[in-house]
Amino acid sequence: MKNVADIKADAEKPRRWGWWYVAELRLREMRGYVSYVVTSSFGNPLMYLLALGIGLANLIPQGIEGVPFLVFVAPALLMSTILTVGAEEGMYPVLSGFKWHKVFFAIHATPITPGQIVGGFLVHLTIRFAFTAGVFFGFLVAFGAVPFASGWLMIPIAILGAFSILTPLGAYAARLEDDTGQFALIQRLVVMPMFLFSGTFFPLSDVPDWLEWVGWVSPLWHATQLGRTVSYGAIEPIWLSATHLLILVAYAVIGGYFMHRSFVARLTR
Amino acid sequence: MSEPVIRAENIVKKYGDFVAVDGISFEVQRGESFGLLGPNGAGKSTTMKMIAAVSTRTSGNLEVLGMDPNTDGPAIRSQLGVVPQEDNLDQELRVRENLITYGRFFGMSHAAVAKRADELLEFAQLTDRAKSKVEPLSGGMKRRLTIARSLMNDPQMLLLDEPTTGLDPQARHILWDRLFRLKEQGTTLVLTTHYMDEAEQLSDRIIVVDKGAIMAEGSPAQLIRQYSSKEVLEVRYGSDKNKTVAKSIADIGERQEILPDRILIYSDNGERDLAVITNRGHHPTTSLVRRSSLEDVFLRLTGRTLVE
Repeated sequence: MKNVADIKADAEKPRRWGWWYVAELRLREMRGYVSYVVTSSFGNPLMYLLALGIGLANLIPQGIEGVPFLVFVAPALLMSTILTVGAEEGMYPVLSGFKWHKVFFAIHATPITPGQIVGGFLVHLTIRFAFTAGVFFGFLVAFGAVPFASGWLMIPIAILGAFSILTPLGAYAARLEDDTGQFALIQRLVVMPMFLFSGTFFPLSDVPDWLEWVGWVSPLWHATQLGRTVSYGAIEPIWLSATHLLILVAYAVIGGYFMHRSFVARLTR
Repeated sequence: MSEPVIRAENIVKKYGDFVAVDGISFEVQRGESFGLLGPNGAGKSTTMKMIAAVSTRTSGNLEVLGMDPNTDGPAIRSQLGVVPQEDNLDQELRVRENLITYGRFFGMSHAAVAKRADELLEFAQLTDRAKSKVEPLSGGMKRRLTIARSLMNDPQMLLLDEPTTGLDPQARHILWDRLFRLKEQGTTLVLTTHYMDEAEQLSDRIIVVDKGAIMAEGSPAQLIRQYSSKEVLEVRYGSDKNKTVAKSIADIGERQEILPDRILIYSDNGERDLAVITNRGHHPTTSLVRRSSLEDVFLRLTGRTLVE
């Protein structure tokens, strides 16, 4: 029989690299739906740019905030696409790992900890979001909607934005025993209003006062404003940009903390 | 004697007010095949989860491989193979990929997991299904794949929670054969089951668990000797008549259990007792003489059947 010291030495490698093994698993799983990821990554920006950049932009020849409508809306399109994927990934894939396919329980039967499962999950999604955001950004550059030099910063902002909505939803989904319509409600009552009232197609200042709070609580508005700042320059005071960043980090970190707690609670009860 | 691989002292698991495991104590030695036998809801799976270092106990002392599962969970899990009650194979991956990705969780290299996966596919008789998706596999194949997956890290101890529940008889026998080979190789097996034949086939020693507590402990043969007779005569007269007839034959055998569908007569000679009953004019609709089983032990200990 191995002694305790030998056993702990055996467990050292997974203790350090467990998060990566989980990310590796999820990347391998992604092979099964890679065509969906690639098609949607290329199809989404193309459709948005054709509809809004060429179609709707013609109706607003004067532009918004001193830039052409396409330039104004481009950061919002990228952010809303990645944040929507973030919201999706925080719901069904999390509940599925506990309820339908129970893969999280299988992983937790090995030296991998709940924290490493969450970590690997997020690392995989960082790669996925970076790919989708990178493709989207390429289209925006090609359409002349963003400058390459500073605009690339929209990619990390989009990833942070996606996590700011994904981790709170992940914390909630990991506590659910079943989906009896909660996810559909979240899509309709949280994600959709966020998309419509977060200064996506027009500045938040144009939204009626009584609806402006939606923008303030919405990670999408904060991510979009940051995106606009790195795309076509300072549109608001620096303290406000710093506030956007802080709010996104707060959502992502606090959400991540609670997501971890939910995973620990579900996996160790 | 070497240090036990599991030492449990008065372990308790509560979920709110509900006591799932109520202070059970036992030890498992290296190389032993140890069974927890009991009906559904007896606390077997909860006990198994505590041993597997995935569920924290409420109180009591538990040592697995010399460590405390509450504090050294990952280290303990690095030495275990776990076959859960419900299959949790990765449906997004192919058969061989399930083994490869699982092996990686133990820190095995890409080369090592590939080699081990091929060996275990052979062991589980799944080599020709290596590239198949998981979903179309039969129940027996999925269980064999789950067992192969649990062996990826060459575990010191294999934990099997209801390994053959839901399988047809042929699939069960194939699985038992594989598990028996592991037992012969000296792998420590800990299994829960509510099938008495499974417990008898695979276990050197058993604890009978009911309502979170241990009712009896010993080898299958010891338990049968201690709590039952050599043979059991089962007679059926129809559900309305069993009780009435039982009164007239109450003196036959060492002991009787009157169930809704049949009367069990515990005896050292079932055929002889059947002849006595027939001579008294009580001809049963059907009769059966069999050897005593763990089911009878359980019935004696709890007054209930295992699959009630």
